[in-house]
Amino acid sequence: MAPDREIQIDCPAPIVENQKITMAHGGGGRMMQRLLDRVILPALGGVTLAEQHDCAVLPMPAAGCLAFTSDSYVVHPLFFPGGDIGTLAVNGTINDLAMGGARPLWLSASFILEEGLPFETLRRVCGSMRRAAQAADVTIVTGDTKVVERGKGDGIFINTSGIGVIAHPHVVGPRQVQPGDAILLSGDVGRHGIALMAVREGFRLETPLESDCAPLARTCLRLFDADVPTHCLRDLTRGGLASALVEIAEASGLAFKVDEQAIPVHAAVRAICEILGLDALHVANEGRFITFVPAEHVSRALKVLQGDPLAADARQIGVVETGTPGSVTLRGALRTRRILDMLSGEQLPRIC
Amino acid sequence: MKYLDEYRDAEGARKFASLLARITTRPWTIMEVCGGQTHAIVRFGIDELLPSGITLVHGPGCPVCVTPIEMVDRAIAIARRPEVIFCSFGDMMRVPGTCSDLLRVKAEGGDVRMIYAPIDALEIAARNPDKQIVFFAVGFETTAPANALAVYQARRRGLRNFSMLVSQVLVPPAMQAILEAPRCRVQGFLAAGHVCAVMGIDAYGPLAARFGVPIVVTGFEPLDILHGITMCVQQLEEGRVEVENQYVRAVRPEGNRRARDLLAEVFCVVPREWRGIGEIPLSGLSLRPEYSDFDAERRFPAEVDSRRSIEPSLCISGEILQGLKKPSECPAFGRQCTPESPLGATMVSSEGACAAYYRYRHVRTEATTDGA
Repeated sequence: MAPDREIQIDCPAPIVENQKITMAHGGGGRMMQRLLDRVILPALGGVTLAEQHDCAVLPMPAAGCLAFTSDSYVVHPLFFPGGDIGTLAVNGTINDLAMGGARPLWLSASFILEEGLPFETLRRVCGSMRRAAQAADVTIVTGDTKVVERGKGDGIFINTSGIGVIAHPHVVGPRQVQPGDAILLSGDVGRHGIALMAVREGFRLETPLESDCAPLARTCLRLFDADVPTHCLRDLTRGGLASALVEIAEASGLAFKVDEQAIPVHAAVRAICEILGLDALHVANEGRFITFVPAEHVSRALKVLQGDPLAADARQIGVVETGTPGSVTLRGALRTRRILDMLSGEQLPRIC
Repeated sequence: MKYLDEYRDAEGARKFASLLARITTRPWTIMEVCGGQTHAIVRFGIDELLPSGITLVHGPGCPVCVTPIEMVDRAIAIARRPEVIFCSFGDMMRVPGTCSDLLRVKAEGGDVRMIYAPIDALEIAARNPDKQIVFFAVGFETTAPANALAVYQARRRGLRNFSMLVSQVLVPPAMQAILEAPRCRVQGFLAAGHVCAVMGIDAYGPLAARFGVPIVVTGFEPLDILHGITMCVQQLEEGRVEVENQYVRAVRPEGNRRARDLLAEVFCVVPREWRGIGEIPLSGLSLRPEYSDFDAERRFPAEVDSRRSIEPSLCISGEILQGLKKPSECPAFGRQCTPESPLGATMVSSEGACAAYYRYRHVRTEATTDGA
């Protein structure tokens, strides 16, 4: 043994790979700083502003209006075919801005982490957020991290808020919807909800269904770029197409007539809905929207939408009329009509 | 989609509708027994395609709706116990008991789980040996085989922490009770095709003969139902009283032998209380003595004082389940009784007649009847 050898007194750096979130990671001290420096900020990568400060300082847009929205994301399982909670948290808020006709620019990202969550899970989720933000050209500019005791969270909850800019002159909203408007749908419905249910409940499908989770801002902005007078946009999230239609019908005080046969539904979604007694029109989506445009602009609007991969299957599904205010009627397979309503709660599978 | 689109074809429906218009010379009242058929009729507007003389009345075939309120209260009491994981089909979760429902028990901290197959409850039992797993076995002859299989396998696997709260009912005795009621106006039946797929059609011959009513075993798709109605009206117009099978693609006369054997192994026939209707002799299933160890009513006795289980006085679901009234004739419909605050199970079950009317028709706009 060489007597002159220096003794190494530093402990080796902890192995981050197998580490899990502890209460100390939310304590505001050095452990939290390490979590940020070693896991969250590197995984979020280039989409964050590097300056760690109490708030983000953003440039004022030259003209137009600001759009601001906030949403919280809880999902089980955290990872599912076609996305994860990170993709949802970025795309969901981008989509809310897009539905206001805005170009999303900045997001905040706040995490509520459950004690015991593996670092690796957090790193994967943050990586998804980075990729989703990059794809949509938005920057995550501020955020927060809290830790709750084991059993008091579901792994990760994320809140994102978003700011966007409306640079075009169109006013977009339910009150802008006019009698004679056409109702356009950007693609098939029900895939997100059924894809998650299939994973959660262990349904074995020949081809796994993927969530439709996608950022819709670019798709929507094409309409404004092409100067299509777009009266209203609405993404179809919880409650599905049915809730979106009913909400807008009620807010506009008009009557919608929709052709059920025109609404595309993926074969596997349809099959699962039939077996369980669910209605695809009430099932959640994360990458679909409806838009209302004057009848004379339908073909141009559809051409614009169909030129975008996220709305390649866009089509007209109905018309706006005067009539019983707030009503949505559906013409079904037998060409009879029925009402379409929101559900009072979640859809529950039937017994037989 | 195969097996769906060909039975939802507008042109096919129109052909049945015009055939019915040609052959119908008098008013007829036909009952569709199953709640699944009721929903298809209301959802697809099948009744709007019929000649005005044909009246469809909705039957008792909604398992959730006829589960007695005492049984729902018992389920709620068991689900509240700290050692219990209570498993149920989704449909039962919102059904109102006297003062709560299973979703509320879950919100209050009870371990209530929605499952898709009774066999899943066995896996939960195997994974949680320190817990009592109780499955709410509700349904007609359609759910009975899978529920029987769960108990059968629990016994074979020695899963002593599994038990079943049984509220199984049988369709033919209920049809008989409806026909025996003094105010009965049913002249023909569409029998539930999936019940017959399990049990066969033997039980219906004596019923048809004794009460002089045609019975057509019918499927669930719009064209199945229109075809079933047509066959029934043909019999009525020709003065025939027969049991006919419209649903030949699923129903063999003898039913499913293996399923029937399993039912006979696990269950015995007993009188059962039907919510809104009362007790019907030999109308339900109960676990055989060999399986009584798995009976949740024995394992958790005296949970409920049945005198305290009270139906809301405004609710007319009993008359609706017997085809005596339609949901739209109920003064509480859409007012005191909505899916958010239901008075009866018929408003919340996915197969309940009130739920179907509320969901598809509650605002009757001019558009729903314009036939456009």
